[in-house]
Amino acid sequence: MDTESTYSGYSYYSGRSRGSHRHGERSRDRHKVRSKDSRSEKSVTINTPPAEPLLGDSVVRGEQVQDDNWGETTTAITGTSEHSLSQEDIVRITKDLEDSVGLDCRRYFTLTLAVILGLLVFLTPIAFLVLPHLLWPEKLQSCGTACEGLFISVAFKLLILLLAVWALFFRPPRAGLPRVFLFRALLAVLVLLFVVSYWLFYGVRILDSQDDNYQGIVQYAVSLVDALLFIHYLAIVLLELRQLQPCFSLCVTRSTDGETKHYNLGQLSIQRAALAIIEHYYCDFPVHNPALLSASKSRAAKHLAGLKVYNVDGPGNNAAAGLAHSQSRAMIAAAARRRDSSHNELYYEEAEHERRVRKRKARLVVAVEEAFTHIKRMQEEEQKKAPSDVMDPREAAQAIFPSMARALQKYLRTTKQQHCHSMESIQQHLAFCITNNMTPKAFLESYLNPGPTLQYSRDHWLARQWTLISEAAVTSSLKDGTIFLLKCVDFSLVVTCKKIPYIQMSEEYIDPKSHKFVLRLQSETSV
Amino acid sequence: MSFVPGQPMCVVAQQIEIKKLRQGDHLILGFSIGGGIDQDPGQNPFSEDKTDKGIYVTRITPGGPAEAANLMMGDKILQVNGWDMTMVPHDKARKRLTNKKEDVVRLLVTRKTLEEAVKHSMGYPNQCH
Repeated sequence: MDTESTYSGYSYYSGRSRGSHRHGERSRDRHKVRSKDSRSEKSVTINTPPAEPLLGDSVVRGEQVQDDNWGETTTAITGTSEHSLSQEDIVRITKDLEDSVGLDCRRYFTLTLAVILGLLVFLTPIAFLVLPHLLWPEKLQSCGTACEGLFISVAFKLLILLLAVWALFFRPPRAGLPRVFLFRALLAVLVLLFVVSYWLFYGVRILDSQDDNYQGIVQYAVSLVDALLFIHYLAIVLLELRQLQPCFSLCVTRSTDGETKHYNLGQLSIQRAALAIIEHYYCDFPVHNPALLSASKSRAAKHLAGLKVYNVDGPGNNAAAGLAHSQSRAMIAAAARRRDSSHNELYYEEAEHERRVRKRKARLVVAVEEAFTHIKRMQEEEQKKAPSDVMDPREAAQAIFPSMARALQKYLRTTKQQHCHSMESIQQHLAFCITNNMTPKAFLESYLNPGPTLQYSRDHWLARQWTLISEAAVTSSLKDGTIFLLKCVDFSLVVTCKKIPYIQMSEEYIDPKSHKFVLRLQSETSV
Repeated sequence: MSFVPGQPMCVVAQQIEIKKLRQGDHLILGFSIGGGIDQDPGQNPFSEDKTDKGIYVTRITPGGPAEAANLMMGDKILQVNGWDMTMVPHDKARKRLTNKKEDVVRLLVTRKTLEEAVKHSMGYPNQCH
């Protein structure tokens, strides 16, 4: 490997001595030195960030002046080493603890209720069968063949019920919803009432009178288990099957950048629909990048800043609302009349930005392709012959990373994605691509196109911070025209609901022999 | 000039008499016809009503007998020597016009400008008052 690099392993995290070593402060003559080398320069130094902005680079809200003539700076956004906690981490951990304690209480409560109900349901038939033997064994008729056959039936039906309940209900919970899940609560109440009524009947007619017809008792227990299986069937239909058929088309728009997608959902309550939408959001929507919104905000600020409104009438007592109204109308009228050339600026700025992005992308692609040519996968036979100088994927990634690091950082900074990718994640991705024989283009795919939110690190997920804002009750079902908001920390998703129309289809029969054609003639004859 | 087949038609028509010219072995009239009930009426550039399957004059040879007789391009031929031309196939129309035994053909033609001219001349005395 003829690429000399002063970067190696984890020592990147420690010490700023490397920073001051060769390329000291960020200055223009370093840029000059760099520009003398060709793009395939052989030595790259990655500076560690100064300790002061622990929160600096990672918080992208706030205006950042992009100076592309900085020296080789890193995209090390975390700003911490693997071995120490920063203030940010501590805050984050305590917040997680608080959230999880609150939710877990409610979850444990429902879990215990469910377990108690389940135990009651399972032990009831067994109790029905066992109690006569315990309480009045001498009076009891002996169990004939048919009766013993019923024992097998009870046993297997209970087993099937156990498996079915495990399959339907005992799954790791996907989410914590604001209100109780209505159908489950109703089903639990139904099961409880059902079992209680069976117990009442049993208690009054069988225990009190000490009925000696054991076969009848066994059949009673079998009927209970049958009815429980039917209730389970009802549960499947209500909880799972009913919302499979699409009924509504939901239009989801992200409030910050207008990304819109449409989904088809069945008949669900608002909170369940919101949950489905959030799960789709994590898979389909490109990740929310607040850095891309700063341009339009600055334009808006410039619009407002250009006009000043003075109140020449003095602090009069006319209704303040009327005054403010006339003020704003005056501003709007003045803005309309003003010859504004900001559209011109926008046009040229966007053209320039696009040109710059394309240039950086071209450099990046070439640098990555060249970097990938420096390593080669070793075949099995060669592995035995040349044991020296052999690297595992992680080391190979670290070896070729410096030659493409600068181009990649510049590209990420131009497209304002630098806070989404940390140095560690880039190297991990590179090692992953090398291991799986991916081409440079495949490696670059995740940096050239913003992917769905799940592709990025956990702190971009914000999975515990969704709020459902709705005018209708969240357990009510979706209707045509329902609108609700899903608010996350920086942005919100606006969801509108439209009913899929009732389709009336008619048929028309075409006889295959009815397809006949004639030539279109247009003759002209001279006479 | 639109009409309903089977119903009487009311148009302003002009009689044109063309003497056939002898050119070698042929007797020619000096114009071309298009249309007919076996043709596609939609492709007729001269008809107003695109379902009209009548015979139209599509071209006039300059300096020919038809031009001398004031036949114009776009004229619809209603009769030839008394034979009807509004409901004939294209070939029949050709045959009626190129009968070797006849030296002269008397055509009944109509065109839009005839109607306008008549209306104008009828309306003119009224406008004077």
